[in-house]
Amino acid sequence: MSSTAPSTARSDGTRPGRPAGPGTGPTTGRGTAPLTGSVHSWDISTGVDGPGTRFVVFTAGCPLRCLYCHNPDTWRRRSGTPTTAEELMARIARYRRFIQVAGGGVTVSGGEPLQQPAFTAEILRRCRELGLHTALDTSGFLGDRATDAMLADTDLVLLDVKSWDPALYRRLTGGDLAPTLRFARRLAELGRPAWIRFVLVPGLTDLEENVEGLARFAAALPNVEHIDVLPYHRMAEGKYAALGLPYPLPGVEPPDAGLLERVHARFRDHGLDTR
Amino acid sequence: MSITLEVGRVAGEGAWRGFRGGVWRSAIDVRDFVHANYTPYTGDESFLAGPTERTLAVWNRLTALFPEERARGIYDVDASTPSSITSHAPGYIDRDRELIVGLQTDAPLKRAIMPNGGLRMVENGLAAYGYTLGPQVREIFTKYRKTHNAGVFDAYTPRIRAARRSGVITGLPDAYGRGRIIGDYRRVALYGVDQLIAAKKAELATLDDAPSREDVIRDREELAEQIRALSELAQMAAAYGFDVSAPATTAQEAIQWLYFGYLAAVKEQNGAAMSLGRTSTFLDVYLQRDLEEGTIDETRAQELVDDFVIKLRIVRFLRTPEYDQLFSGDPTWVTESIGGMSSDGRPLVTRTSFRFLQTLHNLGPAPEPNLTVLWSPDLPEGFKRFCARTSIETSSIQYENDGLLLPVSGDDTAIACCVSAAPVGRQMQFFGARVNLAKTLLYAINGGRDEITGEQVGPALPPLTGEYLSYGEVAAALDRMMDWLAETYVDALNVIHYMHDKYAYERIEMALHDYPVKRTLACGIAGLSVAADSLSAIRYGGVRVVRDETGLAVDYVVEGDYPAFGNDDDRVDSIAVGLVRSFMEKIRGYPSYRGAEHTQSVLTITSNVVYGRHTGNTPDGRRAGEPFAPGANPMNGRDRHGMVASALSVAKLPYDQAQDGISLTSTVTPGGLGRGTAERISNLVGVLDGYFDAGGFHMNVNVLNRDVLLEAMEHPEKYPQLTIRVSGYAVNFVRLTREQQLDVINRTFHGSV
Repeated sequence: MSSTAPSTARSDGTRPGRPAGPGTGPTTGRGTAPLTGSVHSWDISTGVDGPGTRFVVFTAGCPLRCLYCHNPDTWRRRSGTPTTAEELMARIARYRRFIQVAGGGVTVSGGEPLQQPAFTAEILRRCRELGLHTALDTSGFLGDRATDAMLADTDLVLLDVKSWDPALYRRLTGGDLAPTLRFARRLAELGRPAWIRFVLVPGLTDLEENVEGLARFAAALPNVEHIDVLPYHRMAEGKYAALGLPYPLPGVEPPDAGLLERVHARFRDHGLDTR
Repeated sequence: MSITLEVGRVAGEGAWRGFRGGVWRSAIDVRDFVHANYTPYTGDESFLAGPTERTLAVWNRLTALFPEERARGIYDVDASTPSSITSHAPGYIDRDRELIVGLQTDAPLKRAIMPNGGLRMVENGLAAYGYTLGPQVREIFTKYRKTHNAGVFDAYTPRIRAARRSGVITGLPDAYGRGRIIGDYRRVALYGVDQLIAAKKAELATLDDAPSREDVIRDREELAEQIRALSELAQMAAAYGFDVSAPATTAQEAIQWLYFGYLAAVKEQNGAAMSLGRTSTFLDVYLQRDLEEGTIDETRAQELVDDFVIKLRIVRFLRTPEYDQLFSGDPTWVTESIGGMSSDGRPLVTRTSFRFLQTLHNLGPAPEPNLTVLWSPDLPEGFKRFCARTSIETSSIQYENDGLLLPVSGDDTAIACCVSAAPVGRQMQFFGARVNLAKTLLYAINGGRDEITGEQVGPALPPLTGEYLSYGEVAAALDRMMDWLAETYVDALNVIHYMHDKYAYERIEMALHDYPVKRTLACGIAGLSVAADSLSAIRYGGVRVVRDETGLAVDYVVEGDYPAFGNDDDRVDSIAVGLVRSFMEKIRGYPSYRGAEHTQSVLTITSNVVYGRHTGNTPDGRRAGEPFAPGANPMNGRDRHGMVASALSVAKLPYDQAQDGISLTSTVTPGGLGRGTAERISNLVGVLDGYFDAGGFHMNVNVLNRDVLLEAMEHPEKYPQLTIRVSGYAVNFVRLTREQQLDVINRTFHGSV
């Protein structure tokens, strides 16, 4: 039997997990070729990807392969659904009133949204036009692709700094740390509000020097409003199994309350507000 | 109709000191009194008082009894005294400490028997807990006096019996009290019993010159019974040492008088839902006057409310295990409606609205009373935030859309049970449980044969015979089957309510209503999301039928993806809307008993588990026996775009075609509302504003971790007060059956990381 009625949907606590819903399939535009992106899925969530209740679109495709990634289903661009900006905006517009009444906005997440900079810029621009608060959730690895115009349309950047130590960053993600730090400084220069997100993985990212270095760096950036400390979790194990991939961090447990509090405290010691 | 009060001015002088307004003085009109006298409160919760030692002493005396009650099913019962308003001697929890007194029997948690509803229910209820009915009672109710239940079965047709037996129509109040009738208990406090009797006598006198036709005779008899019940209410109060013949003069008296009115009702009726009404802002007028006169302080005001709520928490009825399967957790639906807006734009929020919610903090979370906030985005911010905070901390509040209620039933509306709205004291309902729409769809496919027994239950229409189901054929067959269902259903309800009026009339509750009263016939549907998803699967996914050797369709293979209800996808949401509209239209086609206005609800309470158990495999891929989603909820796990998208599918269901209410239960993990208390409060307020702005009718809000529930299953002793909202009411989680606990846990948790 094959039905679209999965029995575990969101109970695994990870997002995204499901293909984009109806209304985001390809259509044939007339005249100029429509701007099309590859969209993995969307949902409306509260208090997770930026302030308030938000429409969150997850683009497909990411240049990094983080060991603790909980969305391995968004790694490949071709696993997404080709979606025109028009189609996605039609979907978002349905929730405009709800988002405005409830308080919130739109977040472009992924995958890595800056792997599709034109599409991402268009969505942010048009959401801004609708009067919606906009957020960009990115690793910053492709930060050079974000134009100043795009950032001007972005009310908040959720910048995921995976590690302060460059060697560890490479081991964790397969990529370089430098572009992310460059992007962070640029956001500060442009005065774009940012939250720094930091995934706390026991035995990997929790080393004192690593946290301390990031805290010092963030404290020097006047545009950083919060540090979002995200405790590592194992809820994506099922996704790896479904994709036929080995789970990269077998045996690593989520941080306990004590460790979590110590890391929060270290950020706070630098005058940073933690969530 | 307005009745001029003969004795109003005389009796009211002292009691009504300082009150404003005029209409309510010359006619029974509590709404007018409230609106002329209440003091809106727009601040936050900082004024509230915690529990006093006295309050905790009374409450702890009760909580000490709860473990034994939970272990044995009931704590105690009087098996030989049919309960009435005056049947039992006064009872106390802690006589020296109680501020508000009165129990259903002569001891706390001791249940009563109410054989007027049905003798078998009483005998089975007693037997389940090891008690035997007093022989004299048995003789009276078998030899000399008939019951509601006996009357119903005298008049049921074979067709009704078959539909009832198979479970396609189910939960009917034919063996238990129909409930859902809210007396305007505030009248006892404001007017005193003497004035109420005078008004009822005046109503009766309007029939003096009417020709004695059947309806007139019945009305005269009912009014006479109402007057008798009011006298008994005064007798019962006198036994506790209070004279309620005159109006209440203080806040303590107002709460006491009001509670006596309610107590009289629960001493005489074992109704499915025995709701309280909309009392907090009414009582605030009295509390505010006492505060201004300096006779009480905030601590005392809260103590009075706490003590009242303690009483409401221990309303008990004797019920059978079969009943508990339908409505699990020993619910009584002492629903109290709080907040809402006045038609003149003022919020009806007072300090006492806060005080009622504060009981959840002072006494801990509890399922009863069923605290129900009538939500509007226009409510004061401080109140909204206190509600959200209380939801997050206790999961004990449900919310209804005041913006939908106000234009339909006005600003003195109260919720009966879970989602049934009516103006207090002006409208009553004939409760009609619900039909199983998912099973009806299977009947349509099988030409009226039951998919489990093979028995011909519905009309013998041609079964669908193709290898694949055709949407057009299924829709047409379903339409015909729903015609039969609606006719059989209304027929059954008419029999039930005729007999209930005849053998188990709610004398005291109706004495606290206007005459004549508006009546509704509250029908209902269950399994909406299963039916809608099945039709969507047939239309968009392709469904192959598996038949047994007799040609009965017993299983379905869904071959492709289909849009499921709960994703804000109009392709399937429109199917759900169509089912609601279509069934309502069919219901309206069959005349109702006493000219009641037909309504329907999309509500299951906990009965979604039982309905699922009695329904075979369905074309949406659901397996035989699996629970339905509760109320109007999307099926577990099929809503893939988060709680809001799921709720917005439900918000499309039209309230004007389901005016008995549309229930949605949302469970979210704390992290799914944000980080930290302040952010979670803001976000929950936002979600409620947005959902009700979008036209949603009702939302139960649970803020829980799955782990806590799993732990509570294994160690119930550690979680005696863990409360969760289930489709319109709240229950102690540890009092659910294991099957229902698992259903709750398997339900979609909206949480993200």
